[in-house]
Amino acid sequence: MSTAVDTSAALPLPAAGDGTPLKKRLRRAERRRNLLFGALILPLALVVLVAFIWPIGSLLTIGVDNPEIHDNLPRTLAVLEDWNGSAPPAETAYRALADELTAAKGSPAIAAIAKRLNRENAGYRSLVMKTARKLPLDAAVPAREALVAIDAQWGELATWQAIHRAGGALTPFYLLASIDRMIDADGNIVVAPEEERIYVDVLLRTFWMSLIVTVCCLVLGFPVAYLMASLSTRHSNMLMIFVLLPFWTSVLVRVAAWIVLLQNEGLVNRLLMWLGLTDSPLQLLFNRFGVYVAMDHILLPFMVLPLYSVMKGISPVYMRAALSLGCPPFRSFWKIYFPQTLPGIGAGGLLVFIMCMGYYITPALLGGPKEQMLSYFIAFYTNQTINWGMAAALSAVLLAATLLLYMVYARYLGPTRVKYMKAR
Amino acid sequence: MLQPYASPVERAWYYGMRGLVGLILAFLFLPILVIVPLSFNADSFLMYPMSGFSLRWYEEFATSPAWRQALMNSLIVSPLATLLAMVLGTLASIGLVRAEFPGKALLTAVLISPMVVPVVVIGVAMYIFFAPLGLTGSYTGLVLAHAILGVPFVVTTVTATLQGFDFNLVRAASSLGANPLTTFFRVTLPMVAPGIISGGLFAFATSFDEVVVTLFLASPEQATLPRQMFAGIRENISPTIAAVATILIVLSTLMLMTLEWLRRRAERMRGARS
Repeated sequence: MSTAVDTSAALPLPAAGDGTPLKKRLRRAERRRNLLFGALILPLALVVLVAFIWPIGSLLTIGVDNPEIHDNLPRTLAVLEDWNGSAPPAETAYRALADELTAAKGSPAIAAIAKRLNRENAGYRSLVMKTARKLPLDAAVPAREALVAIDAQWGELATWQAIHRAGGALTPFYLLASIDRMIDADGNIVVAPEEERIYVDVLLRTFWMSLIVTVCCLVLGFPVAYLMASLSTRHSNMLMIFVLLPFWTSVLVRVAAWIVLLQNEGLVNRLLMWLGLTDSPLQLLFNRFGVYVAMDHILLPFMVLPLYSVMKGISPVYMRAALSLGCPPFRSFWKIYFPQTLPGIGAGGLLVFIMCMGYYITPALLGGPKEQMLSYFIAFYTNQTINWGMAAALSAVLLAATLLLYMVYARYLGPTRVKYMKAR
Repeated sequence: MLQPYASPVERAWYYGMRGLVGLILAFLFLPILVIVPLSFNADSFLMYPMSGFSLRWYEEFATSPAWRQALMNSLIVSPLATLLAMVLGTLASIGLVRAEFPGKALLTAVLISPMVVPVVVIGVAMYIFFAPLGLTGSYTGLVLAHAILGVPFVVTTVTATLQGFDFNLVRAASSLGANPLTTFFRVTLPMVAPGIISGGLFAFATSFDEVVVTLFLASPEQATLPRQMFAGIRENISPTIAAVATILIVLSTLMLMTLEWLRRRAERMRGARS
């Protein structure tokens, strides 16, 4: 009934003799209300779609985009459509290739073609560049003869198979490379050569480091949340300030603070030397240790807050019942209390894990080369080597892992707690 | 509470627990305090013991062109981004709470997604997309990016506030003859203002602390305060960083206090109503 009340206020009462039935008018009014309020969402939806979803979508397409041969040698590819692939193609293909390479000569296109073919077989770059230098061909000589005269490789079947293979509009190359796989000359997916296998390591390292940080956060966060939940509101609010102030402090401030503390002449090293635990300063920065400490410091509030909100809702009655029935305290804690905190552990753990996986600042500032996670390589390929395909593929991997975990989080642990997430 | 008749084990548990939590909270809290005194250090090393008291690093911050520019940029970008996020986010939240349509859950997820997607991915995607549009190295692009990063906080807090908002008040207002605009400004807005302000604070904090997307999008002339700090920490960490850090700590304390005040106010109002 509430919807009827809802709209009737905004509507004049149905006039006597008006033909439209009340139900229909109600539906119309509701539709109008929906349109009106729906329109309020429109500006934000447009901004987010255009300036966020679209860029991310186009980034992901860059990861499978394969324009070099497809766009620059369309005629050659068209001729190769009907090619049986068992012997070098006919003269028309040679002519088309020579014409298109001549057209590409002197523009960035030729370098793109060379680079792309080189990926099929190292050595094709020089083949293309060498051929381009000798173009255009003498129109009187058959193109096939002329090209083979420039380099015998043009007479080989493998060269044409490579062009044919590289000619698709899409390529799984970068995505496969991001898990250390590649396609060999026969079209099978194989493991990349040993010296090129790095991304599986990076991916595993990202997961491993995130896991360690998450476990440490849980170990540190659980007692804090537990004590806060057992105190009176006034006391727990006071403790909360100790959690919330770091939470609101700039990440860079905290990174700078850890540098001050952990550097060779820093307070931690001095304390250790004063206690006689070490004679010379320990290297605490620019290695795993420094990254773990700072990451735990930054992410701990994200563990404490969901844990606290779950523990706050656990009735003390169950524990009391267990105790009064003679169950020993630790056993009743483990059997009765702990299982009830699992939603909080799940929520906090996933939140910390998700945020840790995508972290860039802390490893970049406090880690050495061995601490760099996926994000570092994404930034590296975007800014330093301008290999957008690789950056896009690694982004896709990171995004997929994040969204997957996030879906688990939202599905089982309640989307309302996302409000604890903050900028990384 | 510890009872007078508590057993030794219970006593040990009681004090052990408090001691442990004290240590963990010290781990959270002390590092932030450690950097504050160093900003008043007289010599140019970021380490203890301090050689004397001086305000030279604050002077350095106030006079260095790079830091001044960074402060200016932050004071331009963050408030604008926050304003944009608050206006768009609040309107959308009202729509999301009041309208019913298929795919609403999906749309909500999309609007909140900037909070979930790793910032590096956002940075790369926006960089590659904005570059051909001339939006990299521009304030427009930076404000837009920061606003999008802040929007999810506004949407989540304002929808949460609106869900506790009694829409009969709006009906009462319209039945008494107020037009929708008057109703919004005189009834809805004052009631949901705390939600909007705390969402806005979150959005502001996000933007004011944002480094990664800024690293991708901003030219050196648009380096914000965090961007400048990032460069400073990476290249040569000087007590100027400590001075900036101290200022930022004061700022975050103020924001935290505002938020706490808003929360208590909301609690009181809820209490008064029930």
